[in-house]
Amino acid sequence: MSTVRTPSEASATTGTRPPEGPLRTSKGRFGDRNAVGWLFVSPTLIVLGLFLFVPIVMALWVSFSDWNGRGSPFAGTVGFVGLDNYTRLLTDEGLTRSDFMTSMRNNFYYVLLVVPAQTVFALFLAVVLNNQLLKAKGFFRTAFYFPSVTSSVAISLVFLFLFAGTGVVNTGLDLLGIDGPIWFADSRGLLHLLGDGLGFWDAGAPPAGLTSTSILGLSAWQWLSGPSVALSVIMMLVVWTTTGTFMLLFLAALQDVPVEVEEAARVDGASRWQSFKAVTLPHLRPTMLLVITLGIIGTWQVFDQVYVMTQGGPGKTTLTPAYLSYSYAFESGQWGVAAAMAFVLFLIIFVLTSLQRYVLRDKDEAKDRKLERQAARRRPDLEARRAHSTAVLGNQQSGGGSL
Amino acid sequence: MTNPLTRAARSRRATVPVLTLAALSLLAACGGGGFDDGAAAGGGDASAPPASAEGPAALRVLIASSGDAETAAVTDAAQAWAEESGNTAEVVVATDITQELTQGFAGGSPPDLFYVDAGAFPDYAVNGNLYPYELDDNDDFYPSLRETFTLDGTQYCAPKDFSTLALQINTASWEAAGLTDADIPTTWEELQTVADTLTTPDQAGLVIGGGRDRAGAFLVQNGGFWVDGAEGTITATDETNVEALAYVQGLLDSGSAVLPPDVDSGWGGEAFGTQRAAMTMEGNWIRGAMSNDYPDVAYTVAELPEGPAGKGTLLFTQCWGIAADSPNQAAAVDLVSYLTQPDQQITNAEAFGVMPSRQSAEEDYVAAFPDDAPFIAGGEYGQGPVTLPGLVPALADLDSQLERIKTADPAGILESFQTNAEAALQQ
Repeated sequence: MSTVRTPSEASATTGTRPPEGPLRTSKGRFGDRNAVGWLFVSPTLIVLGLFLFVPIVMALWVSFSDWNGRGSPFAGTVGFVGLDNYTRLLTDEGLTRSDFMTSMRNNFYYVLLVVPAQTVFALFLAVVLNNQLLKAKGFFRTAFYFPSVTSSVAISLVFLFLFAGTGVVNTGLDLLGIDGPIWFADSRGLLHLLGDGLGFWDAGAPPAGLTSTSILGLSAWQWLSGPSVALSVIMMLVVWTTTGTFMLLFLAALQDVPVEVEEAARVDGASRWQSFKAVTLPHLRPTMLLVITLGIIGTWQVFDQVYVMTQGGPGKTTLTPAYLSYSYAFESGQWGVAAAMAFVLFLIIFVLTSLQRYVLRDKDEAKDRKLERQAARRRPDLEARRAHSTAVLGNQQSGGGSL
Repeated sequence: MTNPLTRAARSRRATVPVLTLAALSLLAACGGGGFDDGAAAGGGDASAPPASAEGPAALRVLIASSGDAETAAVTDAAQAWAEESGNTAEVVVATDITQELTQGFAGGSPPDLFYVDAGAFPDYAVNGNLYPYELDDNDDFYPSLRETFTLDGTQYCAPKDFSTLALQINTASWEAAGLTDADIPTTWEELQTVADTLTTPDQAGLVIGGGRDRAGAFLVQNGGFWVDGAEGTITATDETNVEALAYVQGLLDSGSAVLPPDVDSGWGGEAFGTQRAAMTMEGNWIRGAMSNDYPDVAYTVAELPEGPAGKGTLLFTQCWGIAADSPNQAAAVDLVSYLTQPDQQITNAEAFGVMPSRQSAEEDYVAAFPDDAPFIAGGEYGQGPVTLPGLVPALADLDSQLERIKTADPAGILESFQTNAEAALQQ
C-alpha cells in the first residue's frame, strides 16, 4: 500500500461513495473506459478460457474421477474416487506404477542428455555464425535452422530409414568395420553396455544385489539401465531438430552484446576464451535461462517422435509419460489414470523449471535485494513512519471526509 | 472508516473470483448441454428395442480400411443398400479408428456403425458404448466368432469376417533343400527338423512374428491359452503354457527360427517376402502384401503343425459395432445384415482377401480360393483373441516381454502376465 495515487484514480476504482461535482463525471468516464478495456480483452479471455482453462479444469476433474470415456465427465454417473488414480501411479504395487516409473526413467535419461546437448550445440553454432569473418552467413543460418522448420513426423520417418538395420548409418559403420546394431529393435541400456564394457558387471547376468533391490516397482538394475539404443536415436533426432531454434535465440542475444565491452576486455588483455567466458556468457544468461527452460519443458513432453517411430518399444524403453498417458486414455480407456499422469508430469516440469530458475538466478541482483531487506529491518521505525504518512496522504487525497 | 486504497485493491481482487465464476458457469453450461443426453440415454441393455427415428435414416459408417479395394467394396455395398432401403449411408475411412471412436463416444455423437476389433471390443462393451444386437440368422456365423463378441452371455455384434494363422512356405527354398509335399510339417518335431533343413547362411528356416499373437498359437496347440475366456480367469501359468513357450524358445535358440527384428524386418511377411526366411506364420493378410510388394516370390500355404494337444491356430476378427448412442439403430442393423450376406462376403473376399464369417459362404469361398483352404480350416479349431475387459495394458506388457523370449525365462514371463492380468480383472 505504498503507491501514491491521484484522487480520481482511487475513487474510480473504489466505486463507492460518489463524490461531488466534477469528480462524478470523471468517475463515469473512467467506468466506461474500464468496460471498453474489458471488451477489448474479452476475445482473448474467452478463447483462453475455452481452450485452456476449461480443458485444464476438466482434466483435473477427470484425474479424480472414474470417468470411462463415455459421455460428459461431468455427468451424474461419473464418480469421484479421490486420490485413487494418483496412488495407482505412485504407491500401489502393480503394472500401472511400473509402466509409469519405466516411462519416468526413460524420460529422465532423455532430459539429462538432450537438454545439455542441444544447449551447447546451439550456443556453439550461434557463436560460429556470429563470427565477423564468416562468409555465406545467410546460407549457414538457413541450413542450421532447416531441421527446426521441417515437420517432426517427416524427419522421424527419414530417421526410421537412416537407422534401419541395413540403412545408411549401418552401411557407413560397416565401411569402418563396425557391425551396427538394429537401432530401433535394440532395448539394451547404454549404461548397462558401458558397465559391461568397463568390466563393472556382466549385462547378461546382472549383479543380484541390483536386481533384487526394488525401488518404486522397478529394480535398481532397471533404474540404472540408461537410455536404450532405440531411445538414443530419438535423442539424436531431437537434438538435431531443436538446435536450430535455440541457435537463433542465442544468435539474437549475441548480436545484442555491445561490441565496445568485448573490445574493452580485449584491450585489457583478456584472451578470446577469457572474454567469451567473462563478458559474453554473462550477457547471455537471460537467453540461457530461456533456452534451458524451453528445453526442459519440451523434453519432458516428448510425444510425436515416440508415436511415429517406436510406440514405446522395444521393451518399453522409449515409453515416455506423455505417450503413456495417451495410450492409457485412448487404447485402454483408463482416463483417470491418464489424466493423473499428465498432472504428475506438470508438477515435475514445474518443480524442475523453478529449480533451474533458482540455480541460474542473477546472484548479484539477489544479493542487492537481500542487503536492502536487511537494511530495512534495521530501521523498522522509519518504515512504519513512511507507511503511516502514505496512508494519511491517501485519505486526504481521496477527499476523505469521513474522519 | 476504511482506507479507500485498501478498498480499491479489494474490488480489483474481486474481479478474479468473478472471472472464475464466469468460467465455471461456462463449464457447467457445456456439461449440462449436449453431452449429458448421450450418457443418460444409456446403452448396453439387450432388451431395449433399437432406436429408430422417423423417416429415412442418415447413417454414418466409420471403417478402418486396408486400402482402396476395401473402401470401394464397402462404399459400393452401402450405397446399394441405401438405394434399396431409401436411407442414406456415408462411409468414412478412419486414419486412427481407436482414437476417432473414442472421441465420438466421449462427445456423445459416435458414428452409427463402425468396425470393432476383437481386442478393443470388451472395453467398449463394458463401458456401454455398444448397442447389442443379433441378426435373424445369427447361428450361421461361426460359433468361435460369435463367442469372441460375447461378454457375460450377451452377444454384442455380428462378426464381419475373419483371418487365421497358417504356415507359408517359400517354394524355391523348399525345393532347393530337397523337400517334397510329404515333408510339410505336421508336428512340432517336424517343424523343428524342416526349419533346420531350410536354414542356410543367408536365410533363416522360419520367422515367427513377435508378441502374443504368434506365440499364442503354440499355447493353443499345447492345449492352453493366456486366459479362459468363458470362465473369465487367467490361465497363463499353466504348465502346458510354460512348455509351449519353452518350445518356441528352443526353436529360436537353435538358430533355425528368428524373430523379425533379427533379420531386420518389421513383421514376418516382410522377412518372408524379402526371402530372409523360408517360412513364416502369418494370416490371410499376407496374400495382399505378397502380391503387392513381392510378386515374384512363389509360396504355398499349409495348416500350422499340430502340437501335443492337436491342431491349433489363432483367429483374428472384427465385428460391425452399432453405437449405443445412435438414433438409427434399426437402420444400422438392417445395413449390417445387408453387408454380411453371403454374396457380399464373397465379393469382399475377392476384393481384399478376408474370409467370410458365415458358414453358408464357406463352400463358395473354398471353390473360389482353393489355395486358401488351410486358412479357412483354421476357422474350425482356431482360438479367438483375449476378450476380457481391462487387460489392454497387461497384454501390451506381455507383448513387450515376449520380445525377449530368446533369453528370458518363459515361466517368469507367464507369471508376470498372470499377476498383472489378475490385478486388472479385479479393478
